Amino acid sequence: MNKPYDVIVVGAGHNGLVNACYLQRSGLNVLVVEKNDWIGGAAVSRELTPGILYSNCSYVCSLFRPEIMRDLELAKHGLQIIAYEGGAVFKQDGDFLASYRNHHAHRREFARHAPRDGEAYERYARDVTRQCRFIQPLLMRTAPDPASLKPRDLGEMLFLLKKFNELTAREMADTIRFWTMSISDFLDEYFEAEVIKAYLAISGIIGTALGPMSPGTAYVLLHHYMGEVDGNVGAWGYARGGMGAITRALSSSFLASGGTILTDAQVSKVLVRNGRTTGVVLENGDEHLATTVVSNADVKRTFLKLVEEPELPGDFVRQVRNFKMRGSSGKVNIALDSLPEFPALPKGSPCIRGDMHFTDTVERMERGYDDWKAGTWSADPFLDMMIPTTIDPTMAPPGQHFMSCFVQYCPPKIRNADWTDADRDAFGQTVINQIADYSPGFKDRIIHMEVRTPRELEAEVGLTEGNIFQGELTFDQLLFNRPIPGYAQYRSPIAGLYICGSSTHPGGGVMGAPGRNAAIEIMRDLKRNASHASPAHEIL
Amino acid sequence: MSMKAAGAASEFWRNPQWKSPFHDRIEALMTERHWYDWAGYAAPEIIDDAELEYFAIRSTAALFDISPMVKYSISGPDAEQFLNHLTLRDVSKLKAGRVQYTAWCDDDGQVLDDGTLFRFDDSTFRLCCQERHLPWLMDTAFDYDVTVREETDEIAGLALQGPTSAALLRDAGIDVSGLKPFQIAVLPKSLGRGHISRTGFTGDLGYELFVDRKSAGALWDHLWQHGTLRGLRAIGYHALNIARIEAGFIVANADFVTSETALRSNRPRLPDEIGLDWMVDLTKPHFNGKRAIERSRQSKSRREVLVGLEIEGNEPAQHAIVYHAKRREVGVVTAGIWSPTAKRNIALACVDARYETGDNLWVEIYALRELRYHKLMKRARIVERPFIKLPRRTLTPPGDF
Repeated sequence: MNKPYDVIVVGAGHNGLVNACYLQRSGLNVLVVEKNDWIGGAAVSRELTPGILYSNCSYVCSLFRPEIMRDLELAKHGLQIIAYEGGAVFKQDGDFLASYRNHHAHRREFARHAPRDGEAYERYARDVTRQCRFIQPLLMRTAPDPASLKPRDLGEMLFLLKKFNELTAREMADTIRFWTMSISDFLDEYFEAEVIKAYLAISGIIGTALGPMSPGTAYVLLHHYMGEVDGNVGAWGYARGGMGAITRALSSSFLASGGTILTDAQVSKVLVRNGRTTGVVLENGDEHLATTVVSNADVKRTFLKLVEEPELPGDFVRQVRNFKMRGSSGKVNIALDSLPEFPALPKGSPCIRGDMHFTDTVERMERGYDDWKAGTWSADPFLDMMIPTTIDPTMAPPGQHFMSCFVQYCPPKIRNADWTDADRDAFGQTVINQIADYSPGFKDRIIHMEVRTPRELEAEVGLTEGNIFQGELTFDQLLFNRPIPGYAQYRSPIAGLYICGSSTHPGGGVMGAPGRNAAIEIMRDLKRNASHASPAHEIL
Repeated sequence: MSMKAAGAASEFWRNPQWKSPFHDRIEALMTERHWYDWAGYAAPEIIDDAELEYFAIRSTAALFDISPMVKYSISGPDAEQFLNHLTLRDVSKLKAGRVQYTAWCDDDGQVLDDGTLFRFDDSTFRLCCQERHLPWLMDTAFDYDVTVREETDEIAGLALQGPTSAALLRDAGIDVSGLKPFQIAVLPKSLGRGHISRTGFTGDLGYELFVDRKSAGALWDHLWQHGTLRGLRAIGYHALNIARIEAGFIVANADFVTSETALRSNRPRLPDEIGLDWMVDLTKPHFNGKRAIERSRQSKSRREVLVGLEIEGNEPAQHAIVYHAKRREVGVVTAGIWSPTAKRNIALACVDARYETGDNLWVEIYALRELRYHKLMKRARIVERPFIKLPRRTLTPPGDF
């Protein structure tokens, strides 16, 4: 019989580890159990070919909350974020659209494609920033339960209403439109050039099983814009050493504060007795006891696989089943023996150090989505491609490179049948072919590649259907509706069982906010001092 | 798909800050190497000595590069109608060869910018301003037979300001003796294609010269050559800013927040709230913001006023809080200086409209002296703008200094 813990966290993803860190630091004795023999969940870096480290799933960092980095001393535990400085969309006519960090360079590049768009960018940036300022304060707060009469819920609801009420009539209208409209319609209101719209639409579709013309995608864009790198709002960066550096720093912080991590420990069931959790049982039969269990797994995996269905209310189970978690993306990680060339880019361009794309119209993105709806991967997929080793020398030997390709769209099943290895390889080939169209000799540079379809993402990371956000970020699944109305405060129908992953408010991305917010709720229930969780930064 | 090499490619990252046509001339004079960013151009804050630069404006002549000012060419049969729809003043009253200081608003009546409108002939205009407005201009132009084009980088601009400026121009072969304030004349052909207008941002006798980019260097050299005996000095924004505050002029996004750049929706202002009420011509046909301005006047919902303050003492009150009865916060100083010409401590301030009568106003100034703050609570009186009125500014023909 193992000694009991105060808390068991199921899954060593970034949110699980953030949660565990906060709880351990409140004086609780916390065990993290991880099914893989490595930690990190979707914030992971593994060496699959000698000398080259991949960011196997998530690949850039911006949303990770600075308050959490500070509270958990992640800088001390080795975390470094390197901001990157550009990006490009390659056009089919041989030209390209660059993006630059410098405002004037960026504006002028837009104006090169359409004079009006250079100036429209300022209006666009203002409007999106206004929306971010509205939503950002909600990230680091537990969403209120609108049906509850508890003073705290009423207070939070009031906060929400007050935030909304501070808006002018025009802003309210804009906000409602913004939260519900498609990214394509939204961009049409500002821009003329197709390539500019295609570039800006990217943030509206990444990770979601919606097309740029689907309502609700404008909000997804906001979700990607709310981040910062060391106070640089909206900036994106690489974690030095790959995204695994984030979870490595978290685990180092966790272990330093006295926590325990058990890897290769797949949970088979969450133990429940008389409506209360009592711990977990592993696949190997080991039981670990705790009166509090926190699941970093997504809501479907947690309540449809880890908990016996009879223990749960039928209506709750039905809603969990209905929660939208459709896989829409794949990942192709490539090790290269040399830096690929993109002849469209001028020599010395910083764009190669940033995010690169080959989809130059919104129409092409939407056609890619059509393939997904038909049950197959996009024949002309959308790529979010980066080469982090252009600014992070720690991930590959000198001269060699790691290229990360996020690929959309890619369905969880191929025409209702399971993915086969042949499908996976063909999917990988589609991606390689697209890159090679713009980069001569690309194929000859490849040393190794890892192709991950939703099948691999589900099997290895545990993301149901391979959905990177643990559930769509659409308005019906946000705030107090995330994941399930009435259970948006990290608690579940089982006493002592909590969820802390991206299925919960405020959602996906390597943000850490769900893990932190859940920890605060748990500490409240266990009457622990939570003063080590600093409040969200003020937005003046 | 073709794989073209980068030809007409953009390399904007190499030089994100552009150079004005006069950049090399200015750089050669610049001993202070103090540049700032003006709408994407490198512009001088100080050339060599900010105080001497200021005194050149008031005592001799000063040359200031205004090329970075955002400029739109507006032309076509409907240009006048379009501009009447866009701006607050009546453009039909603006005669060819004249300049109008004006402003324009969004539909909520909130000021998008102020600027100068040049009318070259019936159907050809130029709008000069601080912020960028191409989408707004093009949206307003919907349904008008008008062409709107940004021409900032094509047109070089120089402000020649100061008492000796007219004499200097005469020496340089440019006759401005008959040129009245806000009047435009064509520059002699030998100087390139361009115009001169009796306008400026100093409240002094002064002119602005605009030529096509390729003629810029020669124009500078020509003026410079005739400037030696007229005390001509190249100046940076530091000196100009002192002069413009003395003249009571406001600067977009310094003294008020423009409606298209504001992140906080309660920051933009109606014309009436920033002292531009005199521009609003409610008798002309519909213009952007008209209804909102009318509504606000009817309901007396003006929240703030922009006022000139004279503050006791001599410590500049830049960004100080304005109090009523030393206790209640009622506003903020947007620009505050010791005026070398008025010999007074002056300021522009945004003040709660309920206190525009100016009784019992105070400003709290934190003066840092060798790491210790002197906290000063100084009496402020609302005074007329401009703070200085120089007869030579409007005298025609101009005086020979």
